[in-house]
Amino acid sequence: MIINHPLLGPRDSEEFVYLGSADLINRPTNWESEEAAEDFYQYLYIRENIAGDNRELWYHEQGDQSWLVVTRCTLTHEIKSVELAQDVSRAQGRSK
Amino acid sequence: MSKTKYSALKVLKEALTGHKGWEPAWRDAEPKADGYDVIIVGGGGHGLATAYYLAENHGITNVAVLEKGWIGGGNVGRNTTIIRSNYLLPGNEPFYEMSMQLWENLEQDLNYNAMVSQRGIMNLIHSDAQHDAFMRRGNAMLFADAGCEYLNKKEVKERYPFLDMDNARFPIQGALAQPRGGTVRHDAVAWGYARAASDLGVDIIQNCEVTGFNIENGKCLGVQTTKGDIKAGRVGVCVAGSSSRVMAKAGINLPIESHVLQAFVTEGLKPVLDNVITFGAGHFYCSQSDKGGLVFGGDIDAYNTYAQRGNLPIVEDVCSGGMAIMPMVGRVRLLRMWGGIMDMSMDGSPFIDKTDIQELFFNGGWCYGGFKATPASGYCYAHLLATDEPHEVATAYRLDRFRRGEMIDEKGVGAQPNLH
Amino acid sequence: MSQINRIDGGLIDQTKSVSFTFNGQILRGYEGDTLASALLANNKHLVGRSFKYHRPRGIVTAGSEEPNAIMEIGRGAYKEPNTRATITQLYNGLEANSQNHRGPLGFDFMAITDFFSPFLSAGFYYKTFMWPKAFWEKVYEPAIRHSAGLGKLSMLEDPDTYDKGFRYCDILVIGAGATGLSAALTAAESGARVILADEDFVMGGRLNSETNEINGIAGSEWAKQAVTKLAAMDNVTLMADTTIFGAYDHGIYGAIENRADEARADSSKPRQVNWRIYTKRTILCAGATERAIAFGNNDRPGIMMASAVRTYLNRFAVATGQRVSVYTNNDDGWQTAKDLTDKGVKVVAVIDSRSIDPVMSIEGAEIFMSTDVTDTKGRRVIKSIMLSNGKTIPTDTLAVSGGWNPNLHLTCHHRGIPKWNEELVTFLPDSSVPVGMSVAGRAKGTMVLSDAIVEGHNEGNVVAADLGFKTSDSKPATTASVAYNVTAKWGVPSGKNRAWVDYQNDVTAKDIKLANQEGFKSVEHVKRYTTLGMATDQGKTANVLAIGIMADNMDQTIEETGTTIFRPPYNPVAMGAFAGRRRGMEFYPTRYTPTHKWSEEQNAIFVEVGMWYRSQWFPQPGETFWRDSVDREVRQTRESVGICDVTTLGKIDLKGTDVSEFLNRLYVNAFAKVPVGKTRYGLMLREDGIAMDDGTTARLSENHFVMTTTTANAVNVYRHMQFCHQCLWPDLDVHMISVTEQYAQYAVAGPNSRKLLQKIVDPEHDISNEAFPYMGAGEISICDGIPARLFRISFSGELAFEIAVPTRYGDSLIRVLMEAGEEFNAIPYGTEALGAMRIEKGHAAGPELNGQTSAYDLGMGGMVSGKKDFIGYTLGLREGMQRDDRMQMVGFKPVNKSALLDAGHSMAGAHLVNLRDKPDTFTDQGWISSSIYSPIFGHYIGLGYIKGGHSRKGETVRAVDLVRGQDIEVEICSPHFYDPQGECLRV
Repeated sequence: MIINHPLLGPRDSEEFVYLGSADLINRPTNWESEEAAEDFYQYLYIRENIAGDNRELWYHEQGDQSWLVVTRCTLTHEIKSVELAQDVSRAQGRSK
Repeated sequence: MSKTKYSALKVLKEALTGHKGWEPAWRDAEPKADGYDVIIVGGGGHGLATAYYLAENHGITNVAVLEKGWIGGGNVGRNTTIIRSNYLLPGNEPFYEMSMQLWENLEQDLNYNAMVSQRGIMNLIHSDAQHDAFMRRGNAMLFADAGCEYLNKKEVKERYPFLDMDNARFPIQGALAQPRGGTVRHDAVAWGYARAASDLGVDIIQNCEVTGFNIENGKCLGVQTTKGDIKAGRVGVCVAGSSSRVMAKAGINLPIESHVLQAFVTEGLKPVLDNVITFGAGHFYCSQSDKGGLVFGGDIDAYNTYAQRGNLPIVEDVCSGGMAIMPMVGRVRLLRMWGGIMDMSMDGSPFIDKTDIQELFFNGGWCYGGFKATPASGYCYAHLLATDEPHEVATAYRLDRFRRGEMIDEKGVGAQPNLH
Repeated sequence: MSQINRIDGGLIDQTKSVSFTFNGQILRGYEGDTLASALLANNKHLVGRSFKYHRPRGIVTAGSEEPNAIMEIGRGAYKEPNTRATITQLYNGLEANSQNHRGPLGFDFMAITDFFSPFLSAGFYYKTFMWPKAFWEKVYEPAIRHSAGLGKLSMLEDPDTYDKGFRYCDILVIGAGATGLSAALTAAESGARVILADEDFVMGGRLNSETNEINGIAGSEWAKQAVTKLAAMDNVTLMADTTIFGAYDHGIYGAIENRADEARADSSKPRQVNWRIYTKRTILCAGATERAIAFGNNDRPGIMMASAVRTYLNRFAVATGQRVSVYTNNDDGWQTAKDLTDKGVKVVAVIDSRSIDPVMSIEGAEIFMSTDVTDTKGRRVIKSIMLSNGKTIPTDTLAVSGGWNPNLHLTCHHRGIPKWNEELVTFLPDSSVPVGMSVAGRAKGTMVLSDAIVEGHNEGNVVAADLGFKTSDSKPATTASVAYNVTAKWGVPSGKNRAWVDYQNDVTAKDIKLANQEGFKSVEHVKRYTTLGMATDQGKTANVLAIGIMADNMDQTIEETGTTIFRPPYNPVAMGAFAGRRRGMEFYPTRYTPTHKWSEEQNAIFVEVGMWYRSQWFPQPGETFWRDSVDREVRQTRESVGICDVTTLGKIDLKGTDVSEFLNRLYVNAFAKVPVGKTRYGLMLREDGIAMDDGTTARLSENHFVMTTTTANAVNVYRHMQFCHQCLWPDLDVHMISVTEQYAQYAVAGPNSRKLLQKIVDPEHDISNEAFPYMGAGEISICDGIPARLFRISFSGELAFEIAVPTRYGDSLIRVLMEAGEEFNAIPYGTEALGAMRIEKGHAAGPELNGQTSAYDLGMGGMVSGKKDFIGYTLGLREGMQRDDRMQMVGFKPVNKSALLDAGHSMAGAHLVNLRDKPDTFTDQGWISSSIYSPIFGHYIGLGYIKGGHSRKGETVRAVDLVRGQDIEVEICSPHFYDPQGECLRV
């Protein structure tokens, strides 16, 4: 596969390490609340595991060490978009 | 039932009379109008085994197995055929050992030769740390009566002089073997269970895709299929590889990701390798089929996919593993490669459990280890479906174990499915 | 009697004779021959035995689809089994041997199986061999295994090398026949970067086998000129003898280039190159393959594909027989009769199954329309054929054409399913081809050559235009239009005789019928039940024929019957080629530490850890057993001072105003307020609450920290930290980089460590206990201004430091330290002594941090902060993670201190049971994870896990090691065997 890195252009997927769903960005922040146990459980373990466009995290280990959010179809492997994970994280309201 | 018994004598008789007497191995059924006591969704090895044990062990014969395509077309028809019970953790080892015992009697139970071949499986050891870890595993196996044998370097070399012992990146120190491990002719497992289940009255319905579940007030009443709605007292889903997609139709998300595991077979060769060799350090395992092809595999492709095909990096990685350990295979040609979709669970262990929806049950999450589990999976799933209680060797395979913090993580890599 | 079947002409060089052997007999061919053409020139029809029935078999095809003529080529370690003679280029000294027979090829003892064939019908083995139970492994299976299999492996290490290569292009054209050449020409003229690949060692495809004229010259000549023209263009790469074996994602294609010629001449050159081709677009022009017809005894040597007979005749100047018959269901078969007659070879009969007028007149041949071949005679080569009209015709070659199947394999590699075409009686590529691929010519079902050329020409232009190149204005080549009409003909009723569908695997029409009768109706079921299409030819000639027969059996259409799909590889690929240079010591990279050279000089024993090679111990003269050295290293370190290279520990440099906050969220313990100049031990969890790694982090200045990780987790921890920063808290002011390889780091441990270091640390840096206390850290200089970092941390449990210098000083530093340490009897110690001392001290390491244990299990529950969120906090609170009966880490010592002293192994791996329990899965209490002989205590000690261990100290249990036959009593104790109060650390 070829991942079109937003900064570095097309790179062979062999340069990357795959983690999993981009939902892992959405780490709950409510560690002190009653719902924390359930929310963290859902966050870490439960997956939509979609047959279709999947947003997923790839890490450019043999490259610039950036984490990317790749939107890729799990039926065809077609890649629809590649974004820097930190941009996605910020866009989702995460900061410090 | 009127089924002819398979035997050498019968083969002889048919050969002399033009093979006219062979009947279909299983009845090709259509759905019954008034439904079934139990519907098994998925005509793979586990589904067919479940149906067989429901009928055989529990006398529940008003059972249908619904298969989207042709039976045995999933991972039971596409794997590296290895059976073993060399597990580490108490949640797993008794289950896989029971599976091994069922394999040992399978042919007589089913009257079908699935070529269960206990040729032995050998895990190579390359470092002191691995040695200690394998001692722990070996003792876990012996505690469970699964049998095991430690081979030192000299013994490994004597048995397998072609292994690269010394000039290797990972020199071999020894091996932990399970003599009772081996291989089974994978397709025959599906056919054998189908034939035996059909014989006991189970309806096997091919080309019947489940498109939805009829759920009312939190209770499952049956399934919607491409052959119409079918009522059921109880529905057991058993579609590893497609678990998330099917269970999503019941509104359930699972602790599972789908990944592709590639497997490989070479052109046929005269006998080279008489057991199964596992080269963990190099991500490679291999056996030789009765037809002569080397059958081997390695790691899964790391990304989520439903595409049933892999990519080159893993192909090259696996073949490198082969060359590293058996440098004489350089001129052996890889003939076929294929990819099967694995239900990779969050701790590498499976599920056999009820769901939050009444009368809807789930069996899946087998990772790349489902084949060897086939008999025990069917046995225990049938037990749960028939009695409402988990079988004693499958009590750990609960869906809520992550909520409770009771992971069964053999590899210790945590909630990242592609590492299991 | 040399080359009695050779005629004049052909595309071979009949002035250059080549000598080879077949089953020991010396034979001759010509340059340009394949092994198959040379064998046929020498009238060798019988070349092999079939898989199951050991039937005599001859050459059937002239290409990679060959099912029968597979041989062992070469000798010794160079022997290559299962090699298709039809694509093996002949060379001087080639040694070929037929395979899969016992005794000589002509009198195979295993041929007895053929007489038992009625008992060996499809799937017979599923129905028998079940009694007695133990006989499967002992009797039946070995017998089956020995009679099955094909070629023999040399069992010697492959002496050849293989390379990998990468190529990039705009347009990849697969197949250099008329269509491919036409497509490549327009694509190349457009300016696009073009790769043209063909599996044959001569480009031109069928043009080299046919007599068509193109642009008024011989087709083969036109092809040669086209290749010459392409070769002269800078933007074109020609890859002959290169098989594109697979289509992968995003325009990546796998290709194997055969360079056996070069490798034979120069053994340092690779035998094959595994190319990964990255392309924007692909035009598949792979042509078509002819299929057979299933009639009685259709497998005898001398029965060949009609197109193969033409290839041998026109390209290789071989007349395969003197009295040839042709059996066809399509127009193309007639061309074989015509070409033979034109070259003066006698054609005795043309048999066409169709009810039409003869396609052409063939001089001297009997023509039979609406007629089929029903049976044949001849054991080692065909002698006669019987027709459905009752006639018998003596013949020595039967050319068969059942129609043509497009080579659409690569279109299916992304699981596209071909579509049935009734008019052409074959499957055509569907629209679901891999992204970026288009198909032209016969591969697409365009069977008429003149149309295929135009199609290729246009496709080259269309694809180039799509990519933004200007289109070529050249005209397509012209040739006469020759019609191709075909009527389905699958099987011919053969009575008691068998009609082969898959030659190599011995699958007959009857086997397919039996499978259907037994309920195996899906194509996949039939394939698996009968083994159809699973031989080395992958059913290239058999599959479509089988589907036709199945449709007939079940009285349904081919569309209803379906098809199997094609997967990579298109042709089998040597495993060596996939491995490339990754073999032997090059299988994985090797990392060396900065002291490696010096350690080699000390005769150190090395051990591989991760990718690193570390010194395991340093034997001294007179030490014969590893423990002699290790025990000495431990004692001397504890008594005076020892030095150990710990460079392999992960080192991560962190800068920024938020680093302390960042660390506070990574570690279970508080990190917000580490003072400058201090180091703190930290435990890191995964999000699931399980221990991930431990290490120390030093604060060198307000906003500058340096972290160490374990060797094994260096990469994972760094990746995890990048994840936490980039994905979870992107605005934290944190910058980090791995500096594992940038710093050489050595532990200097033992009571004299400070004294030793004081000799090399520059005097302005005070490292006294007061100025530089336990857990101190600082940037210092040594040896007159060499920058260094010093950490007062200890893994051994002694007064100890770790000193880090830029890696380029690493070799010097070890020499300087050893020299300075001479007065203290300083010694180097390796990983074994390191491990022994950490077990004595009770530090968890890899075997304890096994991915299954929580902070509480490790006895570090007290460190866990409840006042902050950190990775793993919430899920670490789950009930199952907090149970009292979890496996908890403790120490173990044998009740009998001399236990295992003579056993030669430690307690590691033993499981724990209560004193009176019988060992089984349910009584299993835990296991010993690490164990060594402690030279300080004089007996074995161990760390391990036992249920509820923290509250069981003082209890005696048994360490049972069934693998090695040991069962000893051990006392559960604190893991901190050595200096539990930590007094040594602080002196």
